[in-house]
Amino acid sequence: MRWLLQKDLLILRRSRLLLGVLVVYPIALALLIGLAISRSPGKPKVAIVDETPPGQTIQVGSERVDVSHYADELFSQVQPVHVPTREQAVADIESGNVLAAVVIPRDIAARIASGVSQGSIEVLYNGNALEQSLVRSQLNSALAQANLGFSEQIQRAAAQAIGVLLSGGNLGVLGAPSNMIGLGQIPPALRAIIARQPPGADRTQLQRINRFAEFANQNLGLSKNVLSTIGQPIQVKSTLVQGRRTPLNTFAVVVAVSVSLMFVCVLLAAGGVALEREEHTLARLARGLATREGLLAEKLLLAAACAFALALAMLAGIGAFVSLDWGRAGQWLIALAFGALAFGALGIAIGALAREVRAASLLAFGLSLPLAFLALVPSGSVAHGLYDAIAAISFVFPFKAALQALDCAVNGASPGLGVSVLHLLGLTVLFGALARVGLRRLE
Amino acid sequence: MNVISVKGLAKRYGERTALRDIEFDVVAGELVAIVGPNGAGKTTLLSIIAGVQSASTGTVAGTGVGASIGWAPQQTALYSKLSVAENLKLFARLEGVADPDRAVLRMLEQTGLGERADERVERLSGGNRQRVNVALGLIGDPPALALDEPTSALDPPQRERVWEFVGALARSGTAVLFSTHHLGEVRRYATRAIVLADGELLFDGLPAELIAANGGDGDFESAFVAFLKAHGH
Repeated sequence: MRWLLQKDLLILRRSRLLLGVLVVYPIALALLIGLAISRSPGKPKVAIVDETPPGQTIQVGSERVDVSHYADELFSQVQPVHVPTREQAVADIESGNVLAAVVIPRDIAARIASGVSQGSIEVLYNGNALEQSLVRSQLNSALAQANLGFSEQIQRAAAQAIGVLLSGGNLGVLGAPSNMIGLGQIPPALRAIIARQPPGADRTQLQRINRFAEFANQNLGLSKNVLSTIGQPIQVKSTLVQGRRTPLNTFAVVVAVSVSLMFVCVLLAAGGVALEREEHTLARLARGLATREGLLAEKLLLAAACAFALALAMLAGIGAFVSLDWGRAGQWLIALAFGALAFGALGIAIGALAREVRAASLLAFGLSLPLAFLALVPSGSVAHGLYDAIAAISFVFPFKAALQALDCAVNGASPGLGVSVLHLLGLTVLFGALARVGLRRLE
Repeated sequence: MNVISVKGLAKRYGERTALRDIEFDVVAGELVAIVGPNGAGKTTLLSIIAGVQSASTGTVAGTGVGASIGWAPQQTALYSKLSVAENLKLFARLEGVADPDRAVLRMLEQTGLGERADERVERLSGGNRQRVNVALGLIGDPPALALDEPTSALDPPQRERVWEFVGALARSGTAVLFSTHHLGEVRRYATRAIVLADGELLFDGLPAELIAANGGDGDFESAFVAFLKAHGH
């Protein structure tokens, strides 16, 4: 095996183009995948036509809520482009300067303050079906956030007015009496008066009024909570059932490194085995100069060692930019080593089944790329039956298991490293056996 | 003493019989040509003798069979990214040759490829590749050599060089068994001819005997064709 290993290293060193592609391609691919996963979509560029007069407010009790708060909330959710008129906004959409436009009408404050109709805004957008879907989705989210923020301000003002009604004081509303008695102060005052009243019709009447005042006081107190419930009826409380929460950027690192490990390992192993057949040296070697098992093991180990070294270098290199827990480096090595072995086994199986290097490379690419994407499909994002099929496919190929092993090693995610390593070991044996069967045919 | 002894050899691929009841012996220094039409079983026979394939029934025995026979397949089996010397040294090591460097020098000298020793195989001409292919078969100094159509892709001068080299081997005592479609080579170089057709051994003797028996006027090819016709092929 030593001489074959030495020979393959020499051939690899002389295949500079292959070597270059094997190093550059996975790194470039890994970077793209990493960027795609770790970068959230940018804020949509939206034209804002704010027709409301400056300083316009909505009166809620003694509080005034500035209408410009709504625009501010909206601006924080999008990339705003201020335009003076609706016509200008339409022109900007048509020219592609902006994805959409939001027109905040002049009478929005009056409509909200009226208490009988909702304020409304106008949304304009353009583009093909895909763009429309994207813009609508992003804009709906931005508008929902802005609505929520604005309604919280109105809730706060309303809650303050209720507080004055309960505790007494100045409501600040035109026509309201100054130094008003609070609803909460009425029952004790009435009880003192009732105590001084002789039994009779007046006392009975006062007792009825007192019961109402007590009831109203209690229920108006509850209305503060009701206001916040209406503003945000469902509060989201997240709990992670299994494992540790994986930050998106370190998960992106794991994906990028796993993809590189897979490509280098599968391509090198598949190409190495297929080369022996293409050069017609397989039959010469199999005459007793090397066992088929030894030959396959040599190709697997060489590919795994090269891919392992590249993946480890990538992980260490990325670690300079993304915060990784170096205390777990021992686990990285285990995950990368077993992942490389499983990918190497898949590679030798492909190489043994293909007759030539080009076919093996094509098969390796054609198989690896979809497997990587399938393994990244999140549960719930596709129909149940389809997800089960994807999960089954991902289970019998090494990418998902290698990804899980590395995610566990780097981020402490579930399932545990031991489970993933055992899975990878099983796949190594399975694909190794398949490669041995494929190599029965010498030419 | 027989270097190769084939007894009752048969090879079947499922329902198809590639070889049936083949028997012959080869002694040291013989240069035996195996000829026959396409699909006669020439490559199958040589690859079984060389240990690349196993026989369905029958035996192949002698000092020059299996892994101990030198083998040069029809398509050159070389690492094209390695040089001539690197290929030779690799196989010398894999064959367990005691002194690989010396064996490489010997083969470079025998094949006349000394000047091309450091040249990568991918840059060699077809003839030189075939010479390296044969040299790889000889690196372990085997008592016998099996050559499967060694000159099929070569031009006449290149064929001439290969036969000079192979002839010298036979003269030095190596038993050489070769298949070919160039029937003129059988007349010129072979000391014995074996004719196969549809997996059957139809003739085993001197090329001159086959010519004489089939009225070939000294032309082996016309005698061979007449012989096959007479046997229904």
